[in-house]
Amino acid sequence: MRVALFVTCLVDGLFPDVGKATVRLLRRLGHDVEVPLRQTCCGQMHVNTGYPREALPLVRNHVETFLDYDAIVVPSGSCTGSIRHQHADVARQFGDDTLAEGAQIVAKHTYELSEFLVDVLGVTDVGAYYPHRVTYHPTCHSLRLLRVGDRPLRLLREVRGLDLVELPDAESCCGFGGTFALKNPDVSTAMLADKMSNVLATRAEVCSAGDSSCLMHIGGGLSRLHAGVRTVHLAEILAAS
Amino acid sequence: MTKPPRRLMTAPRGVGHLRGDQPFPVAAKAAVADPQLRRNLGNATATIRAKRAAVVGELPDWQQLRAAGAAIKDAVLANLDNYLIQLEERVTARGGTVHWARDANEANRIVTGLVQAAGATEVVKVKSMATQEIGLNEALADAGIVAWETDLAELIVQLGHDQPSHILVPAIHRNRAEIREIFLREMGGVDPALTDHPAALAEAARTHLRRKFLTADVAVSGANFAVAETGTLAVVESEGNGRMCLTLPRTLITVMGIEKLVPTWRDLEVFLQLLPRSSTGERMNPYTSMWTGATEGQAFHLVLLDNGRTATLADPRGRDALRCIRCSACLNVCPVYERTGGHAYGSVYPGPIGAVLSPQLTGVADNASLPFASSLCGACLDACPVAIDIPSMLVHLRAQAVDAKRHRVPSPEQAAMAAAAWTMAEPARWTRALRVARFSKWVRRRRALPPPLSAWIRARDLPEPPPQTFRDWWTDGGR
Repeated sequence: MRVALFVTCLVDGLFPDVGKATVRLLRRLGHDVEVPLRQTCCGQMHVNTGYPREALPLVRNHVETFLDYDAIVVPSGSCTGSIRHQHADVARQFGDDTLAEGAQIVAKHTYELSEFLVDVLGVTDVGAYYPHRVTYHPTCHSLRLLRVGDRPLRLLREVRGLDLVELPDAESCCGFGGTFALKNPDVSTAMLADKMSNVLATRAEVCSAGDSSCLMHIGGGLSRLHAGVRTVHLAEILAAS
Repeated sequence: MTKPPRRLMTAPRGVGHLRGDQPFPVAAKAAVADPQLRRNLGNATATIRAKRAAVVGELPDWQQLRAAGAAIKDAVLANLDNYLIQLEERVTARGGTVHWARDANEANRIVTGLVQAAGATEVVKVKSMATQEIGLNEALADAGIVAWETDLAELIVQLGHDQPSHILVPAIHRNRAEIREIFLREMGGVDPALTDHPAALAEAARTHLRRKFLTADVAVSGANFAVAETGTLAVVESEGNGRMCLTLPRTLITVMGIEKLVPTWRDLEVFLQLLPRSSTGERMNPYTSMWTGATEGQAFHLVLLDNGRTATLADPRGRDALRCIRCSACLNVCPVYERTGGHAYGSVYPGPIGAVLSPQLTGVADNASLPFASSLCGACLDACPVAIDIPSMLVHLRAQAVDAKRHRVPSPEQAAMAAAAWTMAEPARWTRALRVARFSKWVRRRRALPPPLSAWIRARDLPEPPPQTFRDWWTDGGR
């Protein structure tokens, strides 16, 4: 099985530790992951902001980069959602049926990290050790677009030393929503405030999630409050030993 | 070469109460800053959410019901012209009169003319979104006709000189203390000892309304459903006020959007399960009234309203919004609606469904901020009893909103999006851009940023730029 990592643009530029953790985790599980450096961005921000035309070259680059892999692992529910539910549609909108076919093939081989671990590799105990009190925010696209269900929680429950505490009102959006946070900053901030008070109510040291974008939002708010709660991506916890 | 038919241009756009005075983010700012409003909304939506979840959860075939509801509505929309003509034939055969209204103005003229012809100066109303949409009460007032809302929440809105903020519970933004004040101030003849106990408030409204029911000669209603094969109209409600309006006055006028049809009587079986469970969180609503044509002692007029619906139907990627049965489940689960309430949306249709319906009825240019009034969290799609994919439709309408402005000089956003796409379409450019970005003063300062990033740092810190990008780490050996 040829396994590629699509690290996502956000992780590449701002959260490289998430990418490193994913590589180390997969290696520990015996998979020599490849990182094709031609990868850039899935184009979700463009599509969701109303710029599918601008996203088209990004979709093309993505499909051409990953077409030949058996499995493409993505440490993001949101980017996986875009690849699965938007890429072929964008190609078709602009009349590129060949690209749409390619996009469908890539989409079929693309897995969000917890999906890949649980469904493809069939593991829930990845041999991690992480002695902290952790709460988990199931990000909207993992939850409602991919339906990853309790896969992340099953993985976290097997982590040694980890004290998993339930997040109240967990399934509510944190208010990030890509450019929504910039276009509707007041509503976004109001949603963030409620998410943060729920995180603080758990008295967890760490708030984890499967998306660096949502974590950047929650973490940015917690940091501004000097709340002392860290945001850590699921991959980083699972890679810890 | 012949040009393709431009159907979107020929169908009339909707007028009436579908547009706000301010863009959504501006209107939302004031709403979010009102702690009383947020408390009222938070409490009310949480209560309805829990009730809905309980009664939806107890049906093992809920997903099949949703699929059936969507399929029936799709079949109606695919043959809407035929079903409408069938409905007109059946209603006419049973002694009713059918009127066709191109838009809100035409519908208002028709209804006003009918009320005047009946010689009435007062009408009683059943709660109806269609008449809210067309601004019927205002049009009637201009003609010297008083319209009395008889739904309790709609009465609170009317007496408070307010606008509805929710499809099902239009006074959701009010708590009972505020309602007591409104009744004391506006109702007339109310005992000053009135308490804010719900039963006392309901009794005050009951006494007030009873006089109206018994004296009004004309009633105006909307319709939840119309059965094409029989010409039967249906109104579902909770208070019995609808039953009074529909049966007591000598003239009944029903204003109905053209998408409200179902083909057969049997199809009601699906929707009478979907609607109450999704809207009030009840297994069954207390009152379901059905009537076919005119009844003895009562004249019946049906006004079929387009007001942008045909234009909406013309867009294959947007027409699913016409499946909507106005249950408002999407409002109650929406994290944006929960914080802003309905007024921020400007239109009588708020929340997720409003964000896709209003811009389509008016044309996106007139409601350009609404498709962006969502974090695309997807809760609305999960809750929708007719499986309208609101998030995908929002994304589609965003592209329309952007395209509508493309002919002009590129906006800063357009320029930024184009630049980002240009950079990220080429791996070499992207790699270079990442290296440059780490040393730029904006990224390093992270405190004083230009718009729109300034909106981010008002309440959130930006992450520390890492010493090395992921791709550089990988290129260095990845260990």
